[in-house]
Amino acid sequence: MSLPRASGYLRMHYAQDYALLETRTQRIAFLVFALVLCALPFSVRGFALDLANQVLLASIGAVALMLLTGYAGQISLGHAGLLAAGAFTTGILAKELAAPIWITLPASAAVGALLGLVFGLPSLRLRGLYLAVSTLALHFIVIYLGSEYETKRGYSTGVLIEAPVSDARAWYFVLLAAAAATLLVSLNLLRSRTGRAWRAIHGREAVAGALGISVHRAKLTAFIVSSTLTAIAGCLFAYYRGFVSAEAFSLFLTIQYVAMVIIGGIGSLLGAVLGAIFVVLFPYAIEGAMRATALADRLSSLIFAVNYAAFGLVMILFLVFEPQGLVGIWRRLQNWLLLWPFKQKPLRR
Amino acid sequence: MQLAVNIAVLAAIYALISCGYVLIYRTSRVLSLAHGELMMLGAYGLFTTASLFAGHPLMAIGASALLALVIGVLVYVVLMRRMAGEAVLAAVLATIALGILLRGAVILVWSAQEQYPLRLLGFSNPTLAIGSGRISAVALTLVLGTALIYAALWAFLRYSVWGIRMRAAGQNPLLAAQRGIGLHGIYALAWGLATLTAGIAGMLISLDQSLSQTMAIIGLKAFPAALVGGLDSLAGALVGSLIVAAAEVLLIHYVDPLLSDVVPFFVLLAMLAVRPWGLFGTREELDRV
Repeated sequence: MSLPRASGYLRMHYAQDYALLETRTQRIAFLVFALVLCALPFSVRGFALDLANQVLLASIGAVALMLLTGYAGQISLGHAGLLAAGAFTTGILAKELAAPIWITLPASAAVGALLGLVFGLPSLRLRGLYLAVSTLALHFIVIYLGSEYETKRGYSTGVLIEAPVSDARAWYFVLLAAAAATLLVSLNLLRSRTGRAWRAIHGREAVAGALGISVHRAKLTAFIVSSTLTAIAGCLFAYYRGFVSAEAFSLFLTIQYVAMVIIGGIGSLLGAVLGAIFVVLFPYAIEGAMRATALADRLSSLIFAVNYAAFGLVMILFLVFEPQGLVGIWRRLQNWLLLWPFKQKPLRR
Repeated sequence: MQLAVNIAVLAAIYALISCGYVLIYRTSRVLSLAHGELMMLGAYGLFTTASLFAGHPLMAIGASALLALVIGVLVYVVLMRRMAGEAVLAAVLATIALGILLRGAVILVWSAQEQYPLRLLGFSNPTLAIGSGRISAVALTLVLGTALIYAALWAFLRYSVWGIRMRAAGQNPLLAAQRGIGLHGIYALAWGLATLTAGIAGMLISLDQSLSQTMAIIGLKAFPAALVGGLDSLAGALVGSLIVAAAEVLLIHYVDPLLSDVVPFFVLLAMLAVRPWGLFGTREELDRV
């Protein structure tokens, strides 16, 4: 986090070095932000609250993928498969053994960690495109296993499960806590030896190895941490939706998560959250815009097609014109505000 | 015998699609994950020209093939050209985004209904007997067409000036550019040819079966065939298609029909574990993200 600061700032104690929030302004801003987040479910209800929950759920998965792709630099196109693994573990345990959430959640995490190891093993030999393709293949295999379970047990439309909390407001706080915990763990992990190792192998593997980093171990931990978090998100997703079905975890879901990372901005946790907000709200924004222009009546049956097309277009526009993503825009805005009324041409990286 | 025929037809489908992957990868080191969607677009192009040139089926097919070629060149000029010099991930993601865009656009333009272009063209699709097996006329055309296209591609890359330039650009872009080869023209041509072959595959599949959005999945399933053979080898794509198709047909027949969507990916994983660069591919240092 290298935000521009207006004045000199000296760290006097080690405690200040460890602190996540360093200045009083940051602490006050964080407090206000936290209060707003806690007050949100009491001011909105129904549909808007459901949207907020979806955003929180998506941001867990997006942060997990950001750790892997944005920081450790390993491409994964199997994210939906990992979500599905968490969701199916939960669904199967809840259905077959009537297991409560304090069993299914750790179980999902364990399955996620195991799958992370499996997904990560190809990365020891493969790089770039080939790695992306192998994770894609694993995605299809996980989905196949899930649908196989569904057909063999006769749950052709999906596995229904009972959630421990049903109220949307209670869900909001559960998901908020989960998302906050994910962010905190990720933030601290990235400041640790592990996180620095990830960034080093992203930069250049050979140099990282020469610096004494075990490249294999760093890659595998990146995969394991990322997929454990993703599987937990999948478990929460299963409870939130109330049912698990292989159809919910299509390739498009993977692409949506990758889009969150791209649109938010590679290499930034803030970017992952911003991307999650953008991607979750995008289809509803499109629908709203269509309704406003009275196109909705003519195209009502085709809204999903419009969504697809618009989503692809936005992704292309970001890739071509704003590779830094939303975070890039946000940083420019910050710079502009800080320097106002003066102007500075941003340095090109 | 029927199994052998099925394998041959499926292998021909995969081979026809995967030569597009190979052409693009070999020339510009970009993996196009929009290939299935471009194939679908080619098939819908035939659907449109079939109703445009009613009564002239050959003209319709020629026009839609030309359309596919133009679309491929356009994809490069408008989108992929800007991705030159970016990381591998960015280029792949751009093709994925393009795929989603096309999928949505196709539904918007042609609706999600299942279509039967064969009827529009006024052809019939009789079943022929080969030994004890059966094959539909269009499927036979597909197998023969694939052989023809591979022969044509081979001759093109081997003997024509543009083909030689294309190989040069694939081997070493810098040196090729210094020898006066216009890389953008070559890349555009590769995209055009890849889309053309994909479009022909799409047209033939839609003539044999039917035309709907599920077609894009076939394009993705053909990718393992390209990789098994080696992403930069045309002969490899043929062999890879045979292997993948044989594995798929046999496993569906003897084990479980549900396996159809995953078998190619199992083969892919096995190949990646043993020999990532494929049977006939050249071993290369892969790029970082």
